[in-house]
Amino acid sequence: MNDRGEDPAADDGAEPHDTKPMPPGAKKSLVRVSSVVITLGIVSMLTDVSSESVAAILPLYITSAMGLSTIAYGFIDGLYQGVSAFVRIGGGWVADRADRPKWVAFAGYGLSAVAKVWLLLASGFGAIAAVVAVDRIGKGIRTAPRDALITASSEPANLGHSFGVHRMLDTIGAAVGPLLAFLVLFFVPTGYTIVFVISLAFAALGVIVLGLLVPNRRPRKERAAALARPPLRWRDLNEPRLRRLVIVAGLLGLLTIGDGFVYLSLQARSDFAAQWFPLLYVGTNVAFFLFAIPLGRIADRFGRWRVFLLGHVALLLAYACTVLPFGGPTITIVCLVLLGAFYAATDGVLAALAAQFSPPDGIASGIAAAQTVVAVARLIASTGFGVLWFALGRGNAVLIVAAALAIAIPAAWLLLRSLRTKATTA
Amino acid sequence: MTTRLRLIIAGALTIVLLGGAIAYAVVAISAYQARISAPSEVSTTKAAKPGDSPRVVFRNTATGDGYGLVASVPLDDVTGTRTVSDIPCDRVYQTNHYTMCLRIDRGVVTTFAAYLLDPNGKELRKWGLPGLPSRTRISADSKLVAFTAFITGEAYATVGFSVGTQIASTGANGTDGTDYGNLEDFTFLVDGKKITATDRNFWGVTFSPDDNVFYATGATNGKTWLVKGDLAARTMTAIHETAECPSISPDGKLIAYKKNVSTTASPYWSIAVLDPATGVEKILPEKRSIDDQIDWLDDSTLLYGVPRDSSAGDSDIWSIRANGSGSPKVYIEHAWSPSVVN
Repeated sequence: MNDRGEDPAADDGAEPHDTKPMPPGAKKSLVRVSSVVITLGIVSMLTDVSSESVAAILPLYITSAMGLSTIAYGFIDGLYQGVSAFVRIGGGWVADRADRPKWVAFAGYGLSAVAKVWLLLASGFGAIAAVVAVDRIGKGIRTAPRDALITASSEPANLGHSFGVHRMLDTIGAAVGPLLAFLVLFFVPTGYTIVFVISLAFAALGVIVLGLLVPNRRPRKERAAALARPPLRWRDLNEPRLRRLVIVAGLLGLLTIGDGFVYLSLQARSDFAAQWFPLLYVGTNVAFFLFAIPLGRIADRFGRWRVFLLGHVALLLAYACTVLPFGGPTITIVCLVLLGAFYAATDGVLAALAAQFSPPDGIASGIAAAQTVVAVARLIASTGFGVLWFALGRGNAVLIVAAALAIAIPAAWLLLRSLRTKATTA
Repeated sequence: MTTRLRLIIAGALTIVLLGGAIAYAVVAISAYQARISAPSEVSTTKAAKPGDSPRVVFRNTATGDGYGLVASVPLDDVTGTRTVSDIPCDRVYQTNHYTMCLRIDRGVVTTFAAYLLDPNGKELRKWGLPGLPSRTRISADSKLVAFTAFITGEAYATVGFSVGTQIASTGANGTDGTDYGNLEDFTFLVDGKKITATDRNFWGVTFSPDDNVFYATGATNGKTWLVKGDLAARTMTAIHETAECPSISPDGKLIAYKKNVSTTASPYWSIAVLDPATGVEKILPEKRSIDDQIDWLDDSTLLYGVPRDSSAGDSDIWSIRANGSGSPKVYIEHAWSPSVVN
């Protein structure tokens, strides 16, 4: 296997990446993506149908069926985000140390499935909050090992494409879940238990597909046959290019305010957005899954960094959309498309970049580190933006973040240019 | 295990799991269909228009035909036959001139809206809501309306808890009123200081008889206050700590609200009555946690909804004396969201 860190195409994306002969029969793009990646995509899709169907109706369930208020629920949500980020680092580290990414991911998916069983039995606000926490911990554990499996099952030159396929399937699940849940509630307004049962079936199915159909890759052992290596240490992650990625992605993450704020901005100005507020995220998801594969492929061909930065340009334009002096359906839709493009250009591409820059024995840890820093940076961004929002007003707050992003993108570009120059001369 | 065997097992389990989930859903949906098409478990009669007589209007939650529709009973016979309209509402409030109806418009694309209806149920105005319907009120003279929604929609509520509350006037005929906008745009004062924190939230409006002063809940940093609002000045001033969803008595002298008495993160609400003139607050002898905006039956009796433990989506309206004498009693069974129309 090629050492990802030294893959020329991925490093300076302008180079042609088809340096290896294509396997026979591989003429269409999908064929070049490993069946393991597609299977992992299906696992994620099933799991997302499961968790997003519940997430969509949980506020309804808590308020209408349980007669509780959602106040405390929102307050502890931030805490869960923090827990999820912390667990994510641990999941990546254990996956690398034990050299068993599949079974660490399995534990994460399994935990979320167990949470769905518990949901059927839980009553009371505390129990529901605990179920959500367990579900989030499961998500935190599984993400980095799964992305490491995707990396281990892909050609380095195709990594962006592989992650694109995975994220597309994943996002389809995230879009279908809520629609399925609301379809059930359309037939039975109080049919929360039906949604929970369906959610459990999808969660269990995801775990089964992962357990039975995804091969048990041992990335280190597979390489160790050729080269004896000591087990991973934290020091090994101190790879200059990974460090640079984490810094740049974290910096940009600090200027990535939550989608929720973008939607709130839109709905404050446009009757159309207000009317469709609960569904705006579906629009973003649709754009995300449409763009995930094309942008992943473009990233492989023209440089993952470029696409990652261009994604943030799309984010900048989305911010600009929310402060235009006029609103209306077109602006709302354009904004959602830009947000979806931002995710398609950054989510899988970040994982591909982190995998590319990580030491071969520490891919899950490297991915986990990058994703955690971005998640924490975004959490800080959302909190900070909330303060700006109320201190300066919506329009000014968005303008400040947009201006900062407009400065940060070229700055990141310059940082990365120097990085590439150094890498080439080294 | 060979790959072939694994595929067969995975396929078989897929059929079992999805088949099981579909079977469960089909059985549950047909059971529900049978339940709602069955005759109502209470005595009902159909009428497009509510009576003119003094009445209690509510959301009918009796199982069977008419579930979820706006219904009413005469004030002098609240346990008698209920008149059921054809208007579905999740939260309702009625006066002799208008009905405010907050509704979850269900479908594959589920949306939420507040409707202002005339006495025949005709739609006069509609406001799209950013999330789940919560509270609504009309002023006693029918000139002002208010409504609150929880802002949801994003997976696991990434914005955190948030509510949106709006006040609007009804104008000359209900269609030409003015919107006063979201209460978050009003100035919020606690102890004379302007509060601009990120997590300000306002909900549960009640109108005083004079059409300029209103009361509501203001919240920030985990605390809640009873706030006194001035519509013309666009200000809200905190006047009493730990109070939510106020409701002013018909004579304008007392304010009833739910009061969080919990010491943990999950709230537990008692009912309290405040005399704003003296600042004396009395907690009423209701042992259960009450999450509702109370309505006044008369100057001495409160009405509020309590969900039934046994069945999801069903609840009863209870009454309690406002002076704290006497325990709570069931007032109307299988009902939610009461409003008293005199």
